[in-house]
Amino acid sequence: MILDLERFLAQERPHWEALEAMLQGLAHGAPLGIDEARRLHALHERAVADLAKLATFAAEPESRRSLESLVARSYAEIHSVPVGRRERFNPWRWFTRTFPQAFRRRAAALVVAVASSIVGVVFGAAVTVADPESRHITMPFGHADMRPSERVRRDEASGASASIHDSHASFSGQLMTHNTRVSILATSLGMTWGIGTLVLLFYNGVGLGAIGTDYLLDGQGRFLFGWILPHGSVELPAILIAGQAGLVLAHALLGRGSRLPLARRMRDAVPDVVTLLCGVAVLLVHAGIVEAFLSQYHEPVLPYSFKIAFGVFQSAGLAAFLLLSGRRTDSDAPRSKRSLPPP
Amino acid sequence: MTHLRIRTPEGVEFALPLAGPVIRAAAYLIDVAIALGITTVLAVLLTLVSLVSRDVGTGLMQVGLFLVPILQGVLLEWLWNGQTVGKRALRIRVVDAEGLRLRPSQVILRNLLRAIDFLPAFYLVGGAATLLTRLGQRLGDVAARTVVVRVPAASHPDLEPILGNRFNSLRAHPHLAARLRQSIDAHEAALLLSALARRDALNPDDRVRLFAEMASGLRSRVPLPPDVDDSLADEAFVRNVVEILYRPSGAPDGR
Repeated sequence: MILDLERFLAQERPHWEALEAMLQGLAHGAPLGIDEARRLHALHERAVADLAKLATFAAEPESRRSLESLVARSYAEIHSVPVGRRERFNPWRWFTRTFPQAFRRRAAALVVAVASSIVGVVFGAAVTVADPESRHITMPFGHADMRPSERVRRDEASGASASIHDSHASFSGQLMTHNTRVSILATSLGMTWGIGTLVLLFYNGVGLGAIGTDYLLDGQGRFLFGWILPHGSVELPAILIAGQAGLVLAHALLGRGSRLPLARRMRDAVPDVVTLLCGVAVLLVHAGIVEAFLSQYHEPVLPYSFKIAFGVFQSAGLAAFLLLSGRRTDSDAPRSKRSLPPP
Repeated sequence: MTHLRIRTPEGVEFALPLAGPVIRAAAYLIDVAIALGITTVLAVLLTLVSLVSRDVGTGLMQVGLFLVPILQGVLLEWLWNGQTVGKRALRIRVVDAEGLRLRPSQVILRNLLRAIDFLPAFYLVGGAATLLTRLGQRLGDVAARTVVVRVPAASHPDLEPILGNRFNSLRAHPHLAARLRQSIDAHEAALLLSALARRDALNPDDRVRLFAEMASGLRSRVPLPPDVDDSLADEAFVRNVVEILYRPSGAPDGR
């Protein structure tokens, strides 16, 4: 049997147009009462039945494509639990609860990220001690060009780093965007089954270990901690959290120890990955401001003891925030707010 | 695979055509051009800030250059249900790989993971991934469980210009009409209708040959009495058969 297409279209098109109008209303945030929800469901069921008839008894491609597109949209509306636009996003709640909860939930990935960085730090320190000439390979941002004591003499003469004079805001902006780019890359490289993330964290650790050892061997430990701690106490954990997000992605991709299909593993991981990465961005904005406006000032302008104390307190505050904030609501934190796909 | 196929709980399958890498690249270039326009406007506005403080103007510009392309992609795909200006212009859309509504986390992740898809340059990793993955996904799409599909224009066939309202000699033989409707399935009928819809685009020789082949195939299934057959050209015969198939109860005005 082949459908009387003209009659079928004339009869059903008003229902499809009504469904289209309802979907457009929903897309613009129109509220949906019980009666409207029932009507939406009825129109969707009818469109699905029409699609089945068209596919079986007409195979007419133009109408079928059009109806498939409509059914796809109504299917998405009906089978998804409303989230996002219909739920008011509360940035404070997100930052103080959702972010630290995701951080704690994915602690195993953080341990791996920290381990990779520590291996890099040890390697960077070892090669700097064994072969001082390796500084030209291991040290980023021009640190290889000058001995630490020369830099300290130069910066203390003016009271601030050479890079900062009259350019706090632009230096801060440069730091924020550069570090955020590195963090996004560290997370993205999780899609290389985590290998890229681990390599990047290791490389970051090598630079840190090499520079730190160079300053310590040159007897500039106070300057080093006074310079690094104010911003590094936030920036370094932020990079590690970005690595943590990348490793969460990698774990979902590999599926080690899980019997769930890839789609389900990724669906569970994505909200946490995005939360961690967005949290990192917030931390890096703070670190960028601190680095430009505080870290680059040295004695005699700012005493190193003050800068070190600031860094230590900030470090403790960040640790307390990540470990304790939102803990009371950990137990009712949703893993995924969306409905399961239909069988 | 050329389609994203989803089966509803009612057991009905629908398929959304996947967007290819070329159309996606074109949509992306439109978005890049718009991002450049926005950053140019931003740069002009920030020159005013620079009059007060050059340092602050430069700092804001650096942040703006970084944020504009990311926010443009994320906000538009979220607010416009998976579309940006480029995607809307070229009628493509980002959808959830299981047909569900896009979540903000999916939109954010697929846009941030452009960082790896862009490597080593000009989206080589992302382009290769779209060619290698089953659903034509770049790595950002694989991670976010999203797929880019084409959005067909909402249209339905208008049979009137194709079939017209002309006299159909086959209607004088209801038993032939019934046999034709029994022996031709929906896909063959759709093929015949499609041929008629496109007949003016064919060159004359191909048009004659195509309809001769179609008419021959139909006649072999349902032999016609000589008085009906002799009076009909091949194309007119195919048109009459299609009218019998799609308008079993006759033309809208009852002829």
